[in-house]
Amino acid sequence: MKAEEKKQLAKAFYTDMYRIRKFEEEVFEFYKRGLMPGLAHLYLGEEAIATGACQAIGEADYVGSTHRGHGHLVARGADTKRMMAEILGKATGYSKGKGGSMHIIAMDKGILGANGIVGGGIPIATGAAYAIKYKGTDQVVLCFLGDSASNQGSFHESVNMAAAWDLPIVYIIENNLFGISVDIRRVTKEHDLAKRAVGYGIDGYTIDGNDVFKVYETVGKAVANARAGKGPSIVECKTYRWQGHHVGDPATYRNPEELAKWKEREPIGLLEQQNLLTADEIAEIKKGIDEEIKEACKFAEDSPYADISEAYTDVFSE
Amino acid sequence: MMYREAICEALDEEMARDKNVLVFGEDVGVNNGTFKCTAGLREKYGDLRCKDTPISETGFIGMGVGMAIAGLRPVPELMFNDFALVCMDQICNQAAKITYMSGGQTKMPLTIRMTMGSGRSAAAQHSQNLHVLFAHFPGLKVVMPSNAADAKGLLKTAIREDNPVIFIEHKLQYTQQFEVPEGEYLVPFGQANVVHEGTDLTIVATSVMARYAEKAAIELEKEGKSVEVIDPRTIVPLDMDTIVKSVNKTGKLLIVDEGHENFGISGEIAWRTQKDAFYSLEAPIMRLGLANVPLPFSPALEMPLIPDKKSIKAAALKLIG
Repeated sequence: MKAEEKKQLAKAFYTDMYRIRKFEEEVFEFYKRGLMPGLAHLYLGEEAIATGACQAIGEADYVGSTHRGHGHLVARGADTKRMMAEILGKATGYSKGKGGSMHIIAMDKGILGANGIVGGGIPIATGAAYAIKYKGTDQVVLCFLGDSASNQGSFHESVNMAAAWDLPIVYIIENNLFGISVDIRRVTKEHDLAKRAVGYGIDGYTIDGNDVFKVYETVGKAVANARAGKGPSIVECKTYRWQGHHVGDPATYRNPEELAKWKEREPIGLLEQQNLLTADEIAEIKKGIDEEIKEACKFAEDSPYADISEAYTDVFSE
Repeated sequence: MMYREAICEALDEEMARDKNVLVFGEDVGVNNGTFKCTAGLREKYGDLRCKDTPISETGFIGMGVGMAIAGLRPVPELMFNDFALVCMDQICNQAAKITYMSGGQTKMPLTIRMTMGSGRSAAAQHSQNLHVLFAHFPGLKVVMPSNAADAKGLLKTAIREDNPVIFIEHKLQYTQQFEVPEGEYLVPFGQANVVHEGTDLTIVATSVMARYAEKAAIELEKEGKSVEVIDPRTIVPLDMDTIVKSVNKTGKLLIVDEGHENFGISGEIAWRTQKDAFYSLEAPIMRLGLANVPLPFSPALEMPLIPDKKSIKAAALKLIG
């Protein structure tokens, strides 16, 4: 990769990762202030995966997300104002407050939706890939899923069909080692989940999910293969979530030393260490994002709730 | 023509009309469908539009959800409605709710065809009638034709709907012959059919039970009893206006539905009827349904548990004898 290209990418990566980081930190703030209904599942610590992967696709492509989906949506360029408003349940949110954090859908960005059912979004993303093949376009689908979702039957069925029919989809396993409190290593024999690809007859890659360039390159390769009609692949990104499963979860089931070690090589720090950006450039990026997120928070907080009549709309399309 | 031919015609016509319509499921392609409802479609439209899937209900019904979001009009088939239990998440948590949870950002033009019906010695796991489960979820429409003409018209309407439709055929009817109108026609949702007019009793009967109730009503007429038979055709949306109008006239209601008697469709129809026609009722509402046991295999044990023309007639006479 040429130096100039690498620098431009570094800028884009830093911007997206910092935007995710800041957004999630502000979600946590709303939670602590009691302004966020329900729960959110934060992407803190995993920013490189959504960022690197979404940079590797184009505007016309689709993204299938999970209950830990804010990172995917932000990386995909969703409107942070409308996202924050949705998380606070306001009328100005993407879904007028009817979906919330776990079900944020932004169709104008090709986001098929976050999903509250672990593994529930995998067949849906696979169906979008079938539609692409059916229509004969060169779009692709990125299907994000967690380590624990890879143990759902829906994963097996979807990947098998995608492989059998060479569907243009990349399954990105965000392996943060935990399904709520259950360490994946206690409930799965083969810890490198991408090895399952062999069983489906497709390629699988296990990579450092906190290395944004690595994610970008690997997903890029998988996407190119998918676009060329060579079918799906699995990209397993090893990472670690900073917080518990949801906001407020103290995560006592985890070893604090393990968390400390992962924090030493967290995605934004790792990118900084590559010295591709100057301190001024980084400061400028941060300043812009801080402003943007501040505005998004204000917008969300100031927005009204929808009228109760809204609860009775959109059950069916007219 | 045969009921299954009418289904096939509906699929063929809609696939010819709109290139975004496709069918898929187990055995629908090369084998022409277990019940032959997709006969010839793979030959005519090709593999992508008439796709044999592996045995992966969660996977391929979920794919239907994704196809619908991505702009297609998928019409997957579940061989038996019992198999819907395998993929209830995709039907009831995903398909039913995505339009709502997205605040209307996406439509869900997904029609899932499935088969109900007891009385074939298919035993407990292949003989259920589960329409009430789908009716319970806001966001799903539930269609139960009782004859081939309605089946064809309702299926065409379902495919053109931008909403998830559970389309439930009856396994005993596939090879039965029916009159089917020539040419293009649609049957709307939410419009019950008065199958037989009468003044002394209203029978609301779903799916094949409407046919048995009709036969019972014809026999009863010869015996001087005037019975009105109503076929709702769609459970969601449910045409209560027609039912209430009838009960206001007759004062008596018998509901015949092939789901288990307990906690089924009949309870819902009974409540809605008494809500709007309470003061017209001259007797308690009666119902006939499948016995509240898992269905046994042996015909000697199974057949007596299912309502039929004889038991419908007997129940009617209890009310108006």
